Amino acid sequence: MTTTPEKSDLVTVTIDGVQVSVPKDTLVIRAAEQIGVQIPRFCDHPLLAPVGACRQCLVDVPDAGNGRGFPKPQASCTLPVAEGMVVSTQQTSPVADKAQQGVMELLLINHPLDCPICDKGGECPLQNQAMSNGRGESRFSDERNRGVKRTFPKPINLSPTVLLDRERCIVCQRCTRFAEEIAGDPFISLIERGAQQQIGIAEDAPFLSYFSGNVIQICPVGALTSEQYRFRSRPFDLVSTPGIAEHDACGSAIRIDHRRGKVLRRQAGNDPAVNEEWITDKDRFAFAYAQADDRLGYPQVRDTLPDGGRGGLRPASWPEAFTVAARGLAAAKAAGGVGVLTGGRLGVEDAYAYAKFARVALGTNDIDFRARPLSDEETAFLAAHVVLTGPAGGAVTYGDLEAATKVVLVGLEPEDEAGAIFLRLRKSVLAGGTEVLAVAPYTTRGLDKLSARLVPTAPGDEAAALAALAGELDASCVVLAGERLATSPGALTAAARLAADSGARLAWVPRRAGDRGALEAGCLPTLLPGGRPVADAGARVDVATAWGTPALPEAGGRDADGIVAALAAGELGGLVVAGVDPDDTADPVATRAAVAAAGFVVAFDLRRTEVTDAADVVFPVAPTTDKAGSFVNWEGRVRTWEAALHNPASLPELRALSGIADELAHLGEGSPLGFRTVAEARAELEQLGPWDGPRVELGSAAVESSAATDGSDDSTGANPNSTRRLATWKQLLDNGSMQDGDKYLKATARTPVALVTRADYEAHGPTVTLTGDRGSMTLPAEIADDLAEGVVWVPARSVGNGVLADLASPGTPVTITGAEGVHG
Amino acid sequence: MADTLTPVLTDTWDAEQGWKLATYEARGGYAALDAAFAMSPDDVITAVKDSGLRGRGGAGFPTGMKWSFIPQDNPKPKYLVVNADESEPGTCKDIPLMMGNPHVLVEGVIVSSYAIRANKAFIYIRGEVVHVIRRVQAAVADAYAAGHLGKDIHGSGYDLDVVVHAGAGAYICGEETALLEGLEGRRGQPRLRPPFPAVAGLYASPTVINNVESIASVPAIVKNGAGWFASMGTEKSKGHGIFSLSGHVTKPGQYEAPLGITLRELLDLAGGVRKGHQLKFWTPGGSSTPLFTDAHLDVPLDFEGVAGAGSMLGTRALQIFDETVCVVRAVLRWSEFYKHESCGKCTPCREGTWWLVQALARLENGQGSEEDLDQLVDQCDNILGRAFCALGDGATSPVTSSIEYFRDEYLAHLSHGGCPFDPARSTAWAGQEVTA
Repeated sequence: MTTTPEKSDLVTVTIDGVQVSVPKDTLVIRAAEQIGVQIPRFCDHPLLAPVGACRQCLVDVPDAGNGRGFPKPQASCTLPVAEGMVVSTQQTSPVADKAQQGVMELLLINHPLDCPICDKGGECPLQNQAMSNGRGESRFSDERNRGVKRTFPKPINLSPTVLLDRERCIVCQRCTRFAEEIAGDPFISLIERGAQQQIGIAEDAPFLSYFSGNVIQICPVGALTSEQYRFRSRPFDLVSTPGIAEHDACGSAIRIDHRRGKVLRRQAGNDPAVNEEWITDKDRFAFAYAQADDRLGYPQVRDTLPDGGRGGLRPASWPEAFTVAARGLAAAKAAGGVGVLTGGRLGVEDAYAYAKFARVALGTNDIDFRARPLSDEETAFLAAHVVLTGPAGGAVTYGDLEAATKVVLVGLEPEDEAGAIFLRLRKSVLAGGTEVLAVAPYTTRGLDKLSARLVPTAPGDEAAALAALAGELDASCVVLAGERLATSPGALTAAARLAADSGARLAWVPRRAGDRGALEAGCLPTLLPGGRPVADAGARVDVATAWGTPALPEAGGRDADGIVAALAAGELGGLVVAGVDPDDTADPVATRAAVAAAGFVVAFDLRRTEVTDAADVVFPVAPTTDKAGSFVNWEGRVRTWEAALHNPASLPELRALSGIADELAHLGEGSPLGFRTVAEARAELEQLGPWDGPRVELGSAAVESSAATDGSDDSTGANPNSTRRLATWKQLLDNGSMQDGDKYLKATARTPVALVTRADYEAHGPTVTLTGDRGSMTLPAEIADDLAEGVVWVPARSVGNGVLADLASPGTPVTITGAEGVHG
Repeated sequence: MADTLTPVLTDTWDAEQGWKLATYEARGGYAALDAAFAMSPDDVITAVKDSGLRGRGGAGFPTGMKWSFIPQDNPKPKYLVVNADESEPGTCKDIPLMMGNPHVLVEGVIVSSYAIRANKAFIYIRGEVVHVIRRVQAAVADAYAAGHLGKDIHGSGYDLDVVVHAGAGAYICGEETALLEGLEGRRGQPRLRPPFPAVAGLYASPTVINNVESIASVPAIVKNGAGWFASMGTEKSKGHGIFSLSGHVTKPGQYEAPLGITLRELLDLAGGVRKGHQLKFWTPGGSSTPLFTDAHLDVPLDFEGVAGAGSMLGTRALQIFDETVCVVRAVLRWSEFYKHESCGKCTPCREGTWWLVQALARLENGQGSEEDLDQLVDQCDNILGRAFCALGDGATSPVTSSIEYFRDEYLAHLSHGGCPFDPARSTAWAGQEVTA
């Protein structure tokens, strides 16, 4: 948060004859920006520590504030302002101007003139500043005295995604400084010296970093390029549209660069309150999924064979699909009702459409956004502590993470699950401000980079671990609870109690981009839009009045697990499902069975999936590039985007739902949604506003008992020789379908391994087989030195169909054996 | 003006096994320790201040003042680092000093560390000179054995450990902050200042970095008094210093004399320029200091005198070149050195030295025109004072000064279509060639 500096913190300097007051310690290069003077620069970056290497930003300082001037031009990127300082930039000082022209000339003598084929050409700081602050003609390579430029064989791979053309490099060290200072992955470094100095990697250690793409973006020349974008496009052919990253709940700003209806690359946007100027490689490179061959392009309906049997799916017009879907849903309603599973990828407006559709068209509260393991405790926690919180209401922000003395991470591995949180925490830790405590099974690479203090905790024991922290925290601390705590009985309650008892502030961090917005929009069986409790008659009346409907369903709805069970049991007649992968759900087999058992299934998806194959009506949905929308990030901060691509065949889900609701209304079922566009839905949701009534308290009794029963009786009581508790989460880069289509990105994923204790490694060898109640997995084993006793960790979605489908539920017992005859 | 030699540091070089501890002690070595321990550390600093000792590594910063910058209220440990990374072309005083009399350095380290309240000192020696490293290591080991180092030295209660560190072969590590980086095990490149080493140097702790000769001068100051030291030299450049004569001189070597002596006097002592030849140009303080010619024979060799004549006293490395030497060729060779040794951190030095070599090579081959000389001077202007550290500045000194004094010789290359000199004539065996 920007605050107005105290008067006494301001320092007044004179730059090019203009007086300007800036906070003390401001660098001259940035003070000059305040009066509209751009001093050319390369190594300088506002988010990196000053280095003064390129010398491009030299200015004349006739008075350093003490009456004496500097005899030599000074690098304005390393020089802090001083009261009374007088600075002359290239605008007013021939000395500064000549110094800058001289440095520019020197930078160019070894730089190739390959701008016409260089990816950076057209958006290149070197090219641009050579024009603004350099001489037009070279004195090094003219006819009279042709110099020999330094060349290198080109290019070299720093990683599967990042390539380096060394002859273009001006060794400003932005990339190496980013890798060391920001990401904490110092796998690129300066090697050699003098004119041969270059960026390099160790022979056996490529630049594998979740944040590696940022170095390409901040490279001020075309030295660093990505495999994905290299030689694909020219900057001046691209149209740039701001967007919000859809891969996690961070709400990171991105820039989508597209040409003729196709996304060619994504860059980090600049959102100081959220991601600053950094994004993860997934946010940057994982966009090909939306252009995959199996993308749905038109609605489909299932034929009925002449004998009345189930036929195949065939293309249908939108109106036909609306009609068929409405008839089928009306029948399913009559046959027990329809459940709605919305997945975690929706923008708020679409989520709101589902929430309203369920209530007004289907007459049910059977709606849940959680396509993952969940619990009643979580449902209650979300209503009591999460919904309606946000920066405006004083909820935890990224800025608060920086200000906090301690941040407790529980059920959250930030480098894997929330990259922007990881980077902000690292920034704070490095500045010496924040200590990170991690209630986790082991010190991950991310936690190591945060210098985190581990509270070794087996999955399921989080509640007890949190309770033990009470004495350590105070109001200057923050507790970040990840969505994985849903499967740890009592943990969310314990987190809430820890916060209440210690005064620490609490925030919930989901993994998916749409989860938090869906919660706000009412995609939960117990909550209506705006956080209104279904159980509260006043809240129902509130919403019903706003919607102009006579009444809303009173009965509390089923959550996702309940919907799956009810479908299997025949209690529900139909299902509306949007972007849910059964293998992500708590019980993949049950979810598949539920889809199969449902009398009528309307599926919304971007691409063909097993669920769309099984559906009766299939609607294509617009990817985030093709529609406007909003995400609510973990802070509760709303970030809105506009459509980047214009694709008339690509409709937001709210448009299709509106069409179905209209048809249902014609059939006498429910009422129309009343909006057909994102703007209309957004306006209606805004007008509805947040619930101002009492919040539902988080009931503790039931949870306490479940917490008490857990943590004491599970794996510790089982056979200690071979039974381990399963710890798992999704790594940033894994087999997720939204990473499809980019083999280079995939190649940077971490190798899937089972992490075991040293004793287990010695007992079972370098390859282990884990067996749970759903199957077995054989993986190379690695030792995690501080892994909690009796625990084994595997990545959740990096091998096979994932842990939930192939092995067991998180926190449940698995047996470990050495894999005989399997060689890694 | 004194015209006699004043051997202090070089005093024992002629003794039988002068580098041995016994020899050094027999001549009063390590007596300065007790004199120093009888004083408070601050008094030692004051004595060094009063003596007027200025840094002998080239910059000439007052040594006592540098020591007084160490913040004594800083809870971190203080360090003394001796810069023995002598690598400047022509400079050859510290290496013979450490070979001839390593114990005077060790004794100086102890007294200096005591003054700044450091309990750990490092001697960073140029990695290529393995024989010197061995000798200093042996001297340190002997000093430990004799109780001059370690715990409770001479019963004073003062502890000091000394680490002899071998560099990895980079001229840039003679720059004090690059030296610290190297000592910490990092890539040898200069650090951004501030913070200055006195505040956050080695391991981010208060650190004094001094040249070998500066530190070695301290014991005699403590023993003989600041007044004794200040009685030598000139008003602002006091004391004795080693003058290294090399090149076309009859008796090359180390001449320890009061600052302010002239080359004419030194040449007299050294038997003059190579027989049958005349002085053409010389460096007063190594290749990074602008050249002098025979017009500068009477410039007093102290900080002010040399600066007043447009160069720098530097490390008093007097390289003598007679009339057989092509100045273009000499400057090109130096420039190749700077290109090779530029660390690469900053643009002007990294790219500028690359260009200077190519420009000079063309000129040496007689290619180009007189405009190229002006362009060369302009290139130097774009490097001098624009680089991150003084390496880039030093790279321009021989170029600009040689063009200033020998412009006609450059032009002669152009009109001659190449170098008009026979390089063989400048060699030590000139005139003694044997034909097969």
